[in-house]
Amino acid sequence: MTDATQTRHVPDRLSSRAARIFKSWEALLLAVAIAIFVINSFASPYFLNAWNLSDATFNFTEKAMIAFAMALLIISGEIDLSVASIIALASTAMGLALQYGAGTPELVIIGLTVGVLCGAFNGFFVTVLGLPSIVVTIGTMSLFRGISFIILGDDAFRGYPPSFSWFGQGYIYWVFTVEMLLFVIIAIIYGVLLHKTNFGRAVYAIGNNPTGALFSGIRVQRVKFILFLLTGLMSGIAAVCLTSRLGSTRPSIATGMELEVVTMVVLGGVNILGGSGTIPGVVIAAFVMGLVTFGLGLLNVPGIVMSIFIGLLLIGVIALPRLWAMAAARRKS
Amino acid sequence: MTRLIPVRETILGAAILVLLLLISSRFAGFVAPSNLANVFNDTAPLIILALGQMVVILTRCIDLSVAANLALTGMAVAMINVAMPSLPIPVIIAIAVLLGAIMGAINGVLVWKLSIPPIVVTLGTMTIFRGIIFLISDGKWVNSHEMSPAFTDFPRMVLLGLPVLSWAAIITIILFGIMMARTQFGRSIFAVGGNPHAAVYTGIDVGKTQFWAFVVSGALAGLTGYLWVSRFAVAYVDIAGGFELEVVAACVIGGISIAGGVGSVGGAVLGAIFLGVVKNALPVVNISPFWQLAISGSAILIAVAFNARAGRTKGRIILKSAEATQ
Repeated sequence: MTDATQTRHVPDRLSSRAARIFKSWEALLLAVAIAIFVINSFASPYFLNAWNLSDATFNFTEKAMIAFAMALLIISGEIDLSVASIIALASTAMGLALQYGAGTPELVIIGLTVGVLCGAFNGFFVTVLGLPSIVVTIGTMSLFRGISFIILGDDAFRGYPPSFSWFGQGYIYWVFTVEMLLFVIIAIIYGVLLHKTNFGRAVYAIGNNPTGALFSGIRVQRVKFILFLLTGLMSGIAAVCLTSRLGSTRPSIATGMELEVVTMVVLGGVNILGGSGTIPGVVIAAFVMGLVTFGLGLLNVPGIVMSIFIGLLLIGVIALPRLWAMAAARRKS
Repeated sequence: MTRLIPVRETILGAAILVLLLLISSRFAGFVAPSNLANVFNDTAPLIILALGQMVVILTRCIDLSVAANLALTGMAVAMINVAMPSLPIPVIIAIAVLLGAIMGAINGVLVWKLSIPPIVVTLGTMTIFRGIIFLISDGKWVNSHEMSPAFTDFPRMVLLGLPVLSWAAIITIILFGIMMARTQFGRSIFAVGGNPHAAVYTGIDVGKTQFWAFVVSGALAGLTGYLWVSRFAVAYVDIAGGFELEVVAACVIGGISIAGGVGSVGGAVLGAIFLGVVKNALPVVNISPFWQLAISGSAILIAVAFNARAGRTKGRIILKSAEATQ
């Protein structure tokens, strides 16, 4: 918002590809991830255990699924704060269907459908009515969870069928969980979608200059609508996994998860103002957050104290590069 | 082009009257003056916070940390009261306002000096403040029997027929009415939100104005923190959880444009009163309080859609902006 005139430094030649990769945010993040891994394995004797590490992945797999879709949404210059509430509503819908005797396939279909419908609802308000996504999703954040509260009150749905627990508790092979497989598949799909397709280029174009994107023939509102649908769908998938893992539904399920998802995206190097960011970055950020919360958990740090850490991480990750740039600018002048 | 009657406030005022009439047609007791005074007293914290939030939203920012700020200040003053029961109430209030203002200043500095988007800053500080409550209180509650009688009685003290809590809201409304209309700071808030570039050329420091907006919002959250904790005579980690959404809802319903620059004290107050009437009417008309969250969510959506429609400029569009509908 400041009106400082910024001079652009034009380099004589582009830095080499290797140097670029080495100096990138993702490389820094990877180094941090490795450092945390090493510190954790010294801090707790229980850390380096295949089963414990496998359990640790539950700390981030569900959030990361949403984070991939959220990354695209944030790159395009929008945001969705209602994701945790979509999980609550989708989970409540599944629980409700269970009361009417729905089997596992129906439960999954209902969970995903509710997710997509919620995404469409957000997308409608943002793209058709042209309202700012922050306000719309703050509204739907209380609306979606509010509907869960109307249906459930202070009650809970339990008694999901054993076959349903496969999604959140099942293993593919040895310590590799179903959720891990989903995480990898979704990461690859989003990586290809963002980095290798026209659609992905359109997302960057919209984030950098929506008007320019419109004049170059990109259907800006349609792309944004699809991104909201995708975020809703991912929240639906996360709702299936989380409900299956917990085996019950309460209206307070996944409270505050939107913060962790946004933190993960920003930590992954996605510009909160839109226009830049990568999927590999978000993948590494997911590992960093998972390792940190797991490590703190092993050291008996309570959840609410971890949330202080997440909050500091969110602000610090954006603040530090800016402080760095300010210090560098001061040194030059 | 000054309108004699501000349209949006009139519509909102009429909506509140219709709502009251509908309720009174079945439950006449609801509109009795004593009950309306109760409703106003119950809505007082929301009114105070909505006014603080209004200033922030007018400068194109948003403060999602108000409820956490309120809870942290409330816990802090409750613990101070337990430790030093003889400390006079004015000192407690001064501490609450100061603590709240400091937390607001933290938000403000991050937005002003580092130009981090306000939504990110306050989403982060929201969880940090809540976490700090847990750290200082160790997750324990401060109950009414631990607080001094003076501490818990103050907001209930009746002056000229109304409790102090109501007077706090009324004084805040009057002060804000004067501040927004008659002071340089009030006018610069509108200037910053309306057109930041133009504001810079008229010599207004945009970042600094946003900083002070956050300080104002924080100070009011601090004040409400004391009033809240002393009124309900209990302090714990989760008090006023999710209240920030209700505060934003009150502002949006009151016609304060989330894009900044448009809004009024009357609008924010009426928006808060609208939500307060709905909240108090729910148990009367036998609807479960679990509806509250969904109702304020729908109210945000309806109000923001309505405001956008009303604010759309009519005229020939020569160059279509991608942000508008295609």
